[in-house]
Amino acid sequence: MDSVFSNVDRAPEDPILGVTVAYNNDPSPAKLNLGVGAYRTEEGKPLVLDVVRRAEQQLVNDPSRVKEYIPIAGLADFNKLSAKLILGADSPAIQESRVATIQCLSGTGSLRVGSEFLKKHYHQCVIFIPKPTWGNHPKVFNLAGLSVEYYRYYDPATRGLDFQGLLEDLGAAPSGAIVLLHACAHNPTGVDPTSEQWEQIRQLIRSKSLLPFFDSAYQGFASGSLDTDAHSVRTFVADGGECLIAQSYAKNMGLYGERVGALSIVCKSADVASKVESQVKLVVRPMYSSPPIHGASIVATILKSSDMYNDWTIELKGMADRIISMRQQLFEALQAKGTPGDWSHIIKQIGMFTFTGLNKEQVAFMTKEYHIYMTSDGRISMAGLSTKTVPHLVDAIHAAVTRVV
Amino acid sequence: MAAMAMTIRNSASRRTMTSGPISGLRSMSSWWKNVEPAPKDPILGVTEAFLADPSPEKVNVGVGAYRDDNGKPVVLECVREAERRIAGTSFMEYLPMGGSVKMVDETLKLAYGNNSEFIKDKRIAAVQSLSGTGACRLFADFQKRFRPGSEIYIPVPTWSNHHNIWRDAQVPQKTYHYYHPETKGLDFSGLMDDVKNAPEGSFFLLHACAHNPTGVDPTEEQWREISQLFKAKNHFAFFDMAYQGFASGDPKRDAKSIRIFLEDGHHIGISQSYAKNMGLYGQRVGCLSVLCEDEKQAVTVKSQLQQLARPMYSNPPLHGAQIVSTILGDPQLKGLWLKEVKTMADRIIGMRTTLRESLEKLGSPLSWEHVTKQIGMFCYSGLTPEQVDRLTSEYHIYMTRNGRISMAGVTTGNVGYLANAIHEVTKSS
Repeated sequence: MDSVFSNVDRAPEDPILGVTVAYNNDPSPAKLNLGVGAYRTEEGKPLVLDVVRRAEQQLVNDPSRVKEYIPIAGLADFNKLSAKLILGADSPAIQESRVATIQCLSGTGSLRVGSEFLKKHYHQCVIFIPKPTWGNHPKVFNLAGLSVEYYRYYDPATRGLDFQGLLEDLGAAPSGAIVLLHACAHNPTGVDPTSEQWEQIRQLIRSKSLLPFFDSAYQGFASGSLDTDAHSVRTFVADGGECLIAQSYAKNMGLYGERVGALSIVCKSADVASKVESQVKLVVRPMYSSPPIHGASIVATILKSSDMYNDWTIELKGMADRIISMRQQLFEALQAKGTPGDWSHIIKQIGMFTFTGLNKEQVAFMTKEYHIYMTSDGRISMAGLSTKTVPHLVDAIHAAVTRVV
Repeated sequence: MAAMAMTIRNSASRRTMTSGPISGLRSMSSWWKNVEPAPKDPILGVTEAFLADPSPEKVNVGVGAYRDDNGKPVVLECVREAERRIAGTSFMEYLPMGGSVKMVDETLKLAYGNNSEFIKDKRIAAVQSLSGTGACRLFADFQKRFRPGSEIYIPVPTWSNHHNIWRDAQVPQKTYHYYHPETKGLDFSGLMDDVKNAPEGSFFLLHACAHNPTGVDPTEEQWREISQLFKAKNHFAFFDMAYQGFASGDPKRDAKSIRIFLEDGHHIGISQSYAKNMGLYGQRVGCLSVLCEDEKQAVTVKSQLQQLARPMYSNPPLHGAQIVSTILGDPQLKGLWLKEVKTMADRIIGMRTTLRESLEKLGSPLSWEHVTKQIGMFCYSGLTPEQVDRLTSEYHIYMTRNGRISMAGVTTGNVGYLANAIHEVTKSS
């Protein structure tokens, strides 16, 4: 019998996750994985936070814990605590019950569920996303049925923000268009607006009635402070307007594979928020019925204990500080080597990633000759670097910049 | 004072924001004011209502989650042991888009057979999925993308979420006859007629065992006939297997329908779930598999399934998959699991017998033979929505309005109360 799927073509490797596949296949002892944005210690090992291990033990030792279905919208206390985390404990939006929060599968799941809700219930089907952005963003929005437009964001000349271009493009967007904003630590560039620039962006978005959809994947991970990294989101919510927020605990709690996140929809009134939540549940049910319990239980355990919460903030700052230190080391090493070019963007950019400015050919060269694995857009994950491996990377960059144009 | 301020603020936002300090918001009302409240999910809404009921006599025979004879949820011993082994050792890194290879391999053995030639020949495209729902949804999305003109034939009745899944995947639905209300059994001739009349090469959703909600399964002989007709019509069979092991107590026996189709040469698709048979409900662990012509095609199809998973959740959750691999990868734990599954299935079979006998002893004018003929977690009682409403309002008994009783919620402690209540609302039928 012939297959009904014999017309199916092989899909290309995912550009980001494919990097790790290639890295794993490389036998060279000098290989360096600067691809996927998963934190590594100075020893190059994945890290499970101490506070996560404690929460895990607590859960496993509790004989009363069961594995029943959790509600479609997820664990209630997880949802409340997540909203508090991103919006601030004193947020009027929370106090007025204007926030619908639904546990989702990490950032990706929150974006997808939010987009499907927008497709069904919002009057505009176009979303403006920054150029460049995380490779999976356009796919998520397309599959949800939204059409994708780009707004200028990264300026290759300055390796910083193209602020004028951003304002022009958002200024020209149709009224009501959805706008994707990286809350902090823009992926892949590491380039964030200043707080003055955020204020201008906010005013423009509100004056044009655009709908902000925040992707918050690095809260606490960028600056080391949870509050600082939530600043952009909080100023938008403070003006009383509506927005969507996708939160991920993959990086800041190291819970990558457990797929923990939350979608919050900040609404004008409690009544609207309640109806909105009921409709979001209708998106979730035919997708996966209800979200997975384990990761959310760990998060809730940590967030509801003031001791564990404090310990978490310390470990989080530790990770952020190591990354900031790697930026400094890489920058100084390139200076010391006399590598041509201005490399100050390495210390100006923030978060897990540095957009090096290296082109495709240079990246391919670095992979082939130096076994350095990174995405072809020149993005490197600082989390994958260590004091030991900085010299090797510097050699590779130097060679690429001087020998490959 | 704060309450007053909140009231003022709320009423202000109901009209317009007239005195906001930030420009641009004065005349903005909510984007969502046209959003209607969604209806409660017919199945999950039942448990919500049950939880809200203060009556000490209340009985929940709504959602299909197993309960022990004390009415308590159960975490299997093999699962507890697996968790003890996992805690403190997992690095919680991302799984690949297709999920845990180890878990998927073990899961395929359950469905296709330990020594399946298809596994040996690597002809199965398989990915870890978000339980059964996620597997069905991924398949529906895949069907939409690669067979865009196709429809899905769904049995009447079926799990209500099946309709939602294929609808949200934008695959048009047709139905086929399945349940026979008069016999409370299978409408076999109706089913065969619909299979015969469907255009060649149609896609059919089949429940591998323990049909939800009716508990009515074809016999082995009937499955063989269905398979032969499918062959003649070149139809595609997609099996939803959510209760393997849970139906008869024997996983191999419960996979019989699938094995028949495989023997007959069909290239099938399967959704598998560990929600019930391993009690891993909230962990959302399952597997979607598609049997292909050869290894090359399997690699191809798998790559495309991953392309559908990536923009939905990137990669599936780790913990539940680790539990499954730990159990199925250890002969001792696997043996313990098989024992525990049989215990659950046996308890349910026992409750069916007790419920039927109790109703007969009460002198019910109706036949309750179907209670023991049907199989799996659910009994399609034949109760009307009005009778169900009476059970809820007068007796605090919660079930879905189609008269589906989750036998897993029946215990020696409540079976008498349940039988009596059913008798009371049906005795004048």
